[in-house]
This record gives sequence, C-alpha cells and structure tokens, in this order.
Amino acid sequence: MASLEHHGLGVSAGIAVGPVARLAPGPQLPAHDAPVADTAAEARRATAALEAVAADLEARAATAGGEAADVLTAQALMARDPMLASGIADRVTGGRDAPHAVDAALAEHRAALVALGGYMAERVADLDDLRTRAIAHLLGVPMPGVPDPGHPFVLVATDLAPADTATLDRDRVVAIVTERGGPTDHTAILAKSLGIPAVVACAAAAGLHDGDELLVDGGVGRIVVGPDRAQVADAQRAAQELAARRAGSHGPGRTADGHPVRLLVNIGGPADVDSAGVPGAQGVGLFRTEFLFLDRATAPTRDEQEALYREVFTAFAGRRVIVRTLDVGADKPLAYVDQPDEANPALGVRGLRLARRDPGLLTEQLLAIAAAAAGTDAEVGVMAPMVATAAEARDFAAVAREHGIDRVGVMVEVPAAALCATEILQHVDFVSLGTNDLAQYTLGADRLAGELADLLDPWQPAVLRLVAMVGEAGLAHDKPVGVCGEAASDPELALVLTGLGVSSLSMAAACLPDVRATLAAHTLEQCRALAQLALAAPSAPDARAAVHAAVRGEGAAVASG
Amino acid sequence: MSERLVKVGSRVGLHARPASLFVQAAAAQPAVVTIGRPDGDAVDARSILGVLGLGAAHGDEVVLRAEGEGADVAVAALAELVASDLDAVQ
Repeated sequence: MASLEHHGLGVSAGIAVGPVARLAPGPQLPAHDAPVADTAAEARRATAALEAVAADLEARAATAGGEAADVLTAQALMARDPMLASGIADRVTGGRDAPHAVDAALAEHRAALVALGGYMAERVADLDDLRTRAIAHLLGVPMPGVPDPGHPFVLVATDLAPADTATLDRDRVVAIVTERGGPTDHTAILAKSLGIPAVVACAAAAGLHDGDELLVDGGVGRIVVGPDRAQVADAQRAAQELAARRAGSHGPGRTADGHPVRLLVNIGGPADVDSAGVPGAQGVGLFRTEFLFLDRATAPTRDEQEALYREVFTAFAGRRVIVRTLDVGADKPLAYVDQPDEANPALGVRGLRLARRDPGLLTEQLLAIAAAAAGTDAEVGVMAPMVATAAEARDFAAVAREHGIDRVGVMVEVPAAALCATEILQHVDFVSLGTNDLAQYTLGADRLAGELADLLDPWQPAVLRLVAMVGEAGLAHDKPVGVCGEAASDPELALVLTGLGVSSLSMAAACLPDVRATLAAHTLEQCRALAQLALAAPSAPDARAAVHAAVRGEGAAVASG
Repeated sequence: MSERLVKVGSRVGLHARPASLFVQAAAAQPAVVTIGRPDGDAVDARSILGVLGLGAAHGDEVVLRAEGEGADVAVAALAELVASDLDAVQ
C-alpha cells in the first residue's frame, strides 16, 4: 500500500516512527437509568466517585508541577464543588441513577460556562474531562486516557486534556498527533518542554487507527501513514544528521560560507537569564518588560525598573540586549492607566500607542533602561512595539535618544510598518519583525483563535512577502533587520528568512542549537534560493514542503546553486 | 448579617486561578459566604463552578454576604481577597 502524507502544525521539532495508539474514548453512558433502591446511598456513590477523581487529579498535580499543577488543582476543586454535589443529589432524588445525575448536573454547569464564552472555553474542557473520569469510575470501566500498549507508540487524539498531558512518559510516547489544537495550547507547550515531537491541528488524525504505522516530523508538521522503508530510513538519517550537526555546532551564527546571522534569545525577565545562557547566544533579541508592569496597583518606580534591567544587562555583559518597551493594551489592562473598554483590543491603544495616553510611563522606562545600561558592559538597545508609521518611529527614536539611549529600533508587526520599512529605517538603527503579530494583522486572524491556526502560519506567502520587503529595505539602508517571533525558531524557515535579508534571529533558548546547526550547513546563496522557492509557493503548506524537499536534498538544483 | 460590595481586582477577573484561590479561602472561613452580582442571584463562595459562572471581569462589582457567627470576619477576609490582584499571588 502506498504511504499517505498529511500535514498539520509542527509545534515540537523532532522525528519519530511508531505504531498509533489512540487516546481511549470516554465511557458510553447507558441509554436508560438503572433502578435506584436507596437514593441516599446512590447520591453518596456519586459523591464518592467525584472524590476519587479529585484525589487522583491532586496526585497528578503533585507530580506535574508548574502551570499544569494549577490547572489540575482547579479541576479537583470542581470535582468537590458543593453546588455540583447538591445538583447531583437533587437529580438522584428525582429518580436518576448516579452516572446520569453526574452527567446532567455537569451539563448544566458546562452550558453556563459556554454561555460566558471567551476565557471560559478552557474550563469547559476541564469539565468534560471530569465528566468522563467520574462516569468511568461509576460504571466500573477503565479510566480513559493515555493508553499503555506495552511498547513505545505515537499518541493520537482529538485533543488532549491537561490531566493527560501533564504526566506523559516520554520513553513510551515517541510523538503526539492531535486533530485540534494550536501553536500555543497546552499540548504544544508541554510537548516542547518534554522534547516529544508533536503535530497539532492535523485533520487527518481523525482517520488514524490503533496500530497504524506512523512517521511524525514535528519540525515541519508532517505525518506519513504507513511510511515505506526508504522514508523511514531517510527520516532517521535526517534526525541523526541533525543530532550530529547540533553536537558539532558552536559559536556565533553563520552560514556555511561565513555570512553572519546573529543568533539571540527571547527572555521575559531576570528569571529567564539562566536558561538563556546557551553557549553561543549572542545576546538578547527580545527582552519583554511586561512582567514589571502587570499585576500591580501602581506603576513600577524608576529605581525598581533600573535594578531589574541591570540584573539582565549584567548577565549579558559584552553581548547585545534589545529591550522592548512596555507592550500592553486593552486586553492586558493596567490598574494605573486609564483605559476604556475597547471592542477590538488588538486594534486599540496597545504597545507604543499607550504613550499617547500616558507619555510618562514610556519616558520613565527609557530613563531606567539608560541608567541601568550606563553601569554595565552590555550593548543595550530599545525597540518600540506596535509601530505603524514612519512618524511614530521618528518620534520614538527622538524620545529614546533624548533620554539617553544610543541604539533605537522599532518592531515591525503590522503590515503598514513593513510597507513603509524604507521610511522607518531612515529614523531608526534597526527593525525587528514580530512574525506572530505580523501574521495576525496581515491575515486578519486573531492570534488566540485556535481554529484559525492555519492562517497564522508564518510560512504564509503574504507574511513572507512582507518580510522580503523589510529585508530589502534593510539591505538598501545597510541596517539590521531581525526576527523575534515564532518564525525564527523554525530551522528551515530560518534559512528562508536569512535568504530574505534578515540579519538576526531571536528565539526561545532551547531552539537555538538547531537553528545554528541548520544555518551552518547552508550557504547564503542556498538560503536565497530557498527564499525564492518559499516566495513562489501558492500556500503556506506548499512553501514549507518545497523548502523541506530542497533542504532534504531532493531539490538538487538548489544544492548545486 | 454582614455584607460588602467589592470591585474585582484580578486582572483577568474571577476566572481559573483567581477563582481557585478565592474558593479555597472561602472554604476555610468560619461562616458560609455567598457571592453574587449586585442585581443577580448569589452563589456559595465555596463553589468554583458557581464563582466561574458569575463571569466577573476585572473592575466588576460583586456582593459578599454571610450570616451568623463569624460572618463579619469571613466577609472582610474574602472582600480583601476579591479586591486584590489574585493573579499576582505566587
């Protein structure tokens, strides 16, 4: 039988081959209620089942830790909810058996959360998982969840609940493929942290069966059902080559022919400094400062800011640190800035635009950054988020320089900024592309809308064409163009970006070795050829596939120039 | 009876983690406290599903109410919690 190839979103890089084991489905609720002789005893039976589920969730929380632990603890509280218990008791008194009473009582709360919409969507999944667990317990059937076929397997599911993902065993689960999900959901974050290759938002997952042999390439979001021997060998060779290249790759970023590409890391505060100390990271390309401003009643003082900035600058002495000035908006309100409700927060007073309302917040931050930089050897620069016009770039640069900052740039994350990159670069020293937001605004798709994940793909031709415009403008002005979005951490996309004229890539520290190794294996000329392949492709999956094929040597024309 | 009108301080409103912390604190109080919208039905403050179901956002007003022994203490403690930014609690 010929093998079948499908695509989804690759959210955790790596290649694995193994048989499919599907997440066990939830128990089937019997069509009719069982007769109940003793309603008080039946209600106790339901409570005991929920208590057992709560205890199990707490035990998982204890081993999971971190954000997963918070989610599981909240879920345990739901299982012990007094309103839920009384809703179940009422239904049992009304003649229902425990499984049906649990089902009906949870359905009522589920409907209430669905009606609220927005933030509550995630909690609905928690309730559904609770229902499945409690009913399995009451029916005496095996608890649904991660299967245990007795050998390593590829876990396939419609979606994964936090309780399932929090305690995955990476020795048994060689890869994850889900039908739903997006680049920022639980599955993606967890798979990345465990180092398990993962493909999400893969519609073809629905048609996979237990035992199907599957090749999963989490780097490019590709799965192959029933791969032939050559495909498996090819994938394994590629994985080994990458591992070998990673092990042998050191030092600053450069192409095979020595063209420098500065490799930097993204950090969210001093707490990330340790993990960002990857050998060869040439500094910080994106230092987010929001952590200092959110969750508090008053703005941080200049001294307070200065101390924290200095901590980061000191850790990166001798290297570059680009500080992004405060990037909040109406979806992340600050208690001390007057922000009216906005119907479209993503299109509202966010990023640099906040300075229109409260210029003092920005100037205090610039003064704190300048003061902190003066005391260290780091090469400090600042950049403003959400710049849309050359005038905004000019004004920001003027204010920043006036407050003692020498190196000033702006983010390019709305199409207007990319289209006017030439004019913007006349006023600033560098620009940095935020590809997540650029995709959001270019494709008109909310970053938080998981079902639109395909539109938010940084391989979208429209996004790449805008990057190309900015790259050309950078070359024409001889000024650096960076990328500090998700795109920079995808090794093959990093080649394309380099070919488009991008001169620095900033990413999560864990992704840097792969990008450095891949870059070191290609010449600038090859990167340019790959960029042309991507630009010419009619869709994001086509662009990814064309570049992937060329990189894997199937496009000999590229390799030979 | 003890009653207090409070503005929700959590940046993301009473959802998920803030609601968990609030509910756990309510369960530890000496009196049963209810929470509700000023113009709506009140729910048991120990019920996470009830609290989530209020859909209270940052800046929304909620009413805390309790009766009998320990009512004042319980309402005061929970009012302080609702008004603070529970997202910032580590």
